[in-house]
Amino acid sequence: MSRKTKQIIGRIAFYLLLVVIVFYTVFPFYWAIVSSLKAGSELFKVEFWPSKPAWDNYVAVFREQPFGRNILNSIFVAVSTVVLSLALAVAASYALGRIQFKGRTILLFTVLGVSMFPQIAVLSGMFELVRALGLYNNLLSLTLSYMIFTLPFTVWVLTTFMRELPKELEEAAVVDGAKPFTIVTKVFMPLMGPALATTGLLAFIAAWNEFLFALTFTLSGEMRTVPVAIALISGASSYELPWGNIMAASVIVTVPLIVLVLIFQRRIVSGLTAGAVKG
Amino acid sequence: MNTVVTSAENVVLQDKEKASRLTRERVRSAWLFIAPMLVVLALVAGWPLARTIWFGFTDANLSNLEGAEFIGFANYQYLLTDPEWWNAVWNTFVFAAISVTIETILGLGIALALDAHFRGRGLLRAAVLIPWAIPTVVSAQMWGWMFHDVFGVINHMLQGLGLISKPIAWTASPDTALIAVIIVDVWKTTPFMALLILAGLQMLPNECYESAKVDGIHPITVFFKITLPLLKPALMVAIIFRILDALRIFDLIYVMSGNNKDTMSMSVYARQQLVDFQDVGYGSAAATLLFLMIAIFTVVYLTLGKIGRED
Repeated sequence: MSRKTKQIIGRIAFYLLLVVIVFYTVFPFYWAIVSSLKAGSELFKVEFWPSKPAWDNYVAVFREQPFGRNILNSIFVAVSTVVLSLALAVAASYALGRIQFKGRTILLFTVLGVSMFPQIAVLSGMFELVRALGLYNNLLSLTLSYMIFTLPFTVWVLTTFMRELPKELEEAAVVDGAKPFTIVTKVFMPLMGPALATTGLLAFIAAWNEFLFALTFTLSGEMRTVPVAIALISGASSYELPWGNIMAASVIVTVPLIVLVLIFQRRIVSGLTAGAVKG
Repeated sequence: MNTVVTSAENVVLQDKEKASRLTRERVRSAWLFIAPMLVVLALVAGWPLARTIWFGFTDANLSNLEGAEFIGFANYQYLLTDPEWWNAVWNTFVFAAISVTIETILGLGIALALDAHFRGRGLLRAAVLIPWAIPTVVSAQMWGWMFHDVFGVINHMLQGLGLISKPIAWTASPDTALIAVIIVDVWKTTPFMALLILAGLQMLPNECYESAKVDGIHPITVFFKITLPLLKPALMVAIIFRILDALRIFDLIYVMSGNNKDTMSMSVYARQQLVDFQDVGYGSAAATLLFLMIAIFTVVYLTLGKIGRED
């Protein structure tokens, strides 16, 4: 075999591998979309392209349970989680990233340690806390409890970011007698746009996807977030799951996420790796 | 002459005083800025963890947390003799070991492919991110449908290819339930692994590769002798992150197969005790044990990492 044919075969094999990777990662979601468009008994035929696409499942999801309300709940919880954790993390990361003081390293590692906590390990204590605060079956219980997994990585990533900004930035402001609060809001905030967008998006996705706390701290169908609603969709009996509805609901809540991720893919990749590799 | 020097010294002294006052002020404001975050973290992490550990030593019941009474190590004694708990421990370890191993190998492959230069690389990276972006609950349901024994597309495809003669009840049969869970987890988290490894790959120095190319060393040798050793630190971090995640797995298993014994993980076991059986004391003891295992694993890893770095 000549070198040239060898090269061509190698190239074809490589592209074949790429096709396999794309098929592997994309097919399951493609299949969910196809299934969601099959109404009635069409669903039970294996067809890789829906011959009679119909919206019935999408209509049924909203008719048979408060799914619209569930989506609003998820949006409220995710947005409030992002706002609260970013506000707390920006302040903390300024101190951790820019100011030398005793105990800084210990604090950083404590924060990192919290990210190792299994959620189940705080579940009973959190349940007690939520009830004591009168937040049981209230969306604010989720905003509060989600801080346990959003704060560690927002603080960590923003601290890394703050530390890398040049020293001169702040020196001029300090000489001018600016107070730390002014320094954070006027000097650093304008520069932090990209970092805030990345960490905010990661926090949003984490909150949007969370299941265990949402399952435990809410009771009524009206208060459920989307993951809980999708997990608990049930049919007449446990053997007759309405798969069409489940697929439709899955597509509805996933499409916005995928769009966000594709738009911000570069930022997400750098955010994920900044959190992990440098940590 | 003399007076000039002293006044200059004075200025320096004053400056120093001013500087140290400024430093002190800055340190004070540092704590002020960190305080809100620390208070919230103590409230949602420290306090609940402490309460969970305490509940583990009591007979607390979900409907009557206030009436909990201290019962010493009774919960732990019972836990350590409960075959269902050990079954959950075994399932979790098998799940973590197999899924993280496969994810690492696949992730490495995908990362190497993404690191090559070709047209449509952006497209491939976007495609790889899709499983990561999909909520775990949704992945569990999507795959649950694909694994359906009668109408599932996976049985259909495998039968079409002649690989199986009759449909497999993937999620229901004890032989395949855990395999099904592992397949979904691998699908969902390999992208994360691939991206972390890719970041590591892109930080490797180019020079080694160029000289290897000049020396005409086979690419496979280059991979094992150069790439893999250089990549080890990044790879280890990614693996640790994944193992910690796998050890606490809950959503995927709970949504795919509920409280089924064949797939029950430690988290699923603890939640069942806590919520379904309302036995907060016993469930908290199980949760505390899981926490301890993860803590020990982390500490051991960090110490080993430190020793490795000092060499």
